[in-house]
Amino acid sequence: MLSNILIAISITLMYSAPLTLAAMGGVISERSGIVNIGIEGMMSIGALAGATVGYFSNNAWLGLLCAGLAGAIMSLLHAVASITFKSDQTVSGIALNLIGPGLAMFLSRYFFNGATLTIPVPAKLPKIISLKSLQNTAFSNLNIDVTVILAVFVVTATWFLLYKTKWGLRIRAMGEHPAAVDTLGVSVYKSRYFCVIASGFLAGLGGGTVTLAIISQFTPTAISGQGFIALAAVIFGKWRPFGAYLACLLFGFSQALVVMLGGGTVNIPSPLLAMIPYVLTIIMLIVFVGRSSAPKASGVPYQKGER
Amino acid sequence: MEINKDYAVQMRGITKIFNNSVALDSVDLDVKKGETHAILGENGAGKSTLMNILYGLYGADTGEIYLNGEKVNIYNPSCAISYGIGMVHQHFMLIEKFTVMQNIILGTETTDKFGIINTRKAKKKILDIISRYGMKVELKRRVRNISVGMQQKVEILKALYRGAEILILDEPTAVLTPYEIDELMEIIECLKRDGKTIIIITHKLKEIKKSSKECTIIRKGKFVDRVEVQEESEQSLAEKMVGRKVKLSVEKKPAKAGEVIFRIENLCVKSERGLDAVKNLSLSLKRGEIYGLAGIEGNGQKELLEAIISKRYAESGKILMGDKEIQNTSVRNVLDSKISIIHEDRHKDGSILSMSVADNAILDKYRKKPFCVNGFLNYEERDKFTDSLIKEYDIRPVNCKNTKIRNLSGGNQQKLIIGREVSSNPDLLIAVQPTRGLDVGAIEYVHKILVRLRDEGKAVLLISLELDEILDLSDRVAVIYDGSIAGEFTQEEANEHNVGLLMAGGKGNDRENS
Repeated sequence: MLSNILIAISITLMYSAPLTLAAMGGVISERSGIVNIGIEGMMSIGALAGATVGYFSNNAWLGLLCAGLAGAIMSLLHAVASITFKSDQTVSGIALNLIGPGLAMFLSRYFFNGATLTIPVPAKLPKIISLKSLQNTAFSNLNIDVTVILAVFVVTATWFLLYKTKWGLRIRAMGEHPAAVDTLGVSVYKSRYFCVIASGFLAGLGGGTVTLAIISQFTPTAISGQGFIALAAVIFGKWRPFGAYLACLLFGFSQALVVMLGGGTVNIPSPLLAMIPYVLTIIMLIVFVGRSSAPKASGVPYQKGER
Repeated sequence: MEINKDYAVQMRGITKIFNNSVALDSVDLDVKKGETHAILGENGAGKSTLMNILYGLYGADTGEIYLNGEKVNIYNPSCAISYGIGMVHQHFMLIEKFTVMQNIILGTETTDKFGIINTRKAKKKILDIISRYGMKVELKRRVRNISVGMQQKVEILKALYRGAEILILDEPTAVLTPYEIDELMEIIECLKRDGKTIIIITHKLKEIKKSSKECTIIRKGKFVDRVEVQEESEQSLAEKMVGRKVKLSVEKKPAKAGEVIFRIENLCVKSERGLDAVKNLSLSLKRGEIYGLAGIEGNGQKELLEAIISKRYAESGKILMGDKEIQNTSVRNVLDSKISIIHEDRHKDGSILSMSVADNAILDKYRKKPFCVNGFLNYEERDKFTDSLIKEYDIRPVNCKNTKIRNLSGGNQQKLIIGREVSSNPDLLIAVQPTRGLDVGAIEYVHKILVRLRDEGKAVLLISLELDEILDLSDRVAVIYDGSIAGEFTQEEANEHNVGLLMAGGKGNDRENS
């Protein structure tokens, strides 16, 4: 029993880490007033960049950093489109979601002789807790990735940024009433650029976490919808860092259910099990979306000098 | 006038062109240090544009700005703030979810290391200002929970917190109750005693008389005159503002009220957020009278209107048109019961901006003969009808039939909407803020039509936040407060004080006691 619980905790934390990183990106971007549904695309590109750099450099940490940078570069497209050119943020986000996985696949074929799977990295990101010394006890099942700690750190940092610093106050204000922020002499455009790029960086990290900590290579199905689940977590968490984190843990737990029920004695078809996180997402959105309160100006391009 | 350091602000030859139309044409402005200066002009005359240039929100195409006799360049608001200019915008720039405190410090936060906000230091500074000018504001409350008057004080505090010496107030009284206006005037006095310079943008003549010593008048983007307020009558100010003779009061004969045509009995309606917005409200309208419903925004007017037109569910109570109950039916049924509505927001509810004038003219009757026969639209009839409206209601330009209604001026849009609604020959016309954002000339016209309808024996329900409008037009005045009718007056009884008191939530008999 204890070993099952520990396994569940390990898997929950492991799967929630990439979601959490991506969700924090979503929180920052949306709080500043830019809807970012392109997280899925940014995660995909991050996943590929992480696995590729990790393989060629033989350094998982360098891979993770490049995953973030790749996401950030990708998000720059979204920033230019939605902030400078004031295009529809949903359309621009969808474009990223189409480009991201496609580009990732193309690059994978380019770097790995036509294969859509990259060659596994020689060393994954380290585990922070791995009690292999207690080989024969239940505690050997407790496995905690370093990315889990990274995720908790990012959540705390996001919360601190948003609620304790002046920049956070401005970001939150910008998502509600950008003109007010502008009349107080703070540049809305610059700040929103920062937020969108930060969100791309975090989404990229999330993608890299999948390929460098959970699996060890990029596969075409490595991300498959996790960006959208992260978005759902943002909404479910009411656009708050810790709220979104709890939602990510819940989604991570649903993934743990998939794994554990799959290996259990009860015979449930695996495709049905694999549906659990997605079905949960839909249920969550139906139940909570109406009641949660989005930043007021989110999704509305800001035009200076317009009333 | 020479550039002189006795003047806090001097603007010379300011010209601003928006999309090929001249908003300001070589305007001059001279504001003496330590005084209240009014800028008077109709809507769209360019008052706000001029001030937005001073505050750095827009750049002027040509022209110079001098502060205390020295030439300055103001590129953006933070530049203006650093020169000690503060501005309270007509539409408040407040974040509703934030507390008063957060709104005040936003953008000029007092911080410790790493940008961490230090609330204690900021609070001390704000409390200093509050006590100096006698403004009662609770710093911890959220802006969405405080009154409009309070929100305005927060805006003034925001400017003072940034060290403003020159304070621009854009239409400061538009949203205030009479009591709040008095309070504002006191604050302005207090600021002036402290050596601050205040610029008030307004189109209300009464307030200029009350608050300002000097006044600059702007018409259609051009400088008209700079006058000493005390030497001018309201009438002469109005004429300079509009450029022709105007009647400031509404002319009407005594009402000949007929039988009751519309009744509301014990109506209860919930708001969007599920709170009781209209509580046990009853009223009745007779043919041949204008019934004015005064009240501050957010006291249930919106929900009441939506319930009347069946856009919102009435929890209990009855709405009767003649003998027919119409609550909780459908908008179409309400319109077919000979009720017409002039909506408050002519852009959102009153018209479809991206459609032509002709299409907008038949929005409420497109499905009826002769505009539609067997499901097919008859464009000839539509055009004929539109032409007749354009002629009858003096809508300009005359050949606007096929242009988008977006391109008409606000006054002409409103004329078309009123023409459309009146042409359905309603028994009850509901007019919500029918003159919002219109200039003096157009207001005069709209008022005339409402009086004409009344004289034709129709009932008019006038819902307005402008107390003057209600008092001028209505044969009976009711006050809506917190979702119920707080009191009803005949036109003779009603005045700014007793109606204003009820609007602010006072009891009708408090006045006699005090």
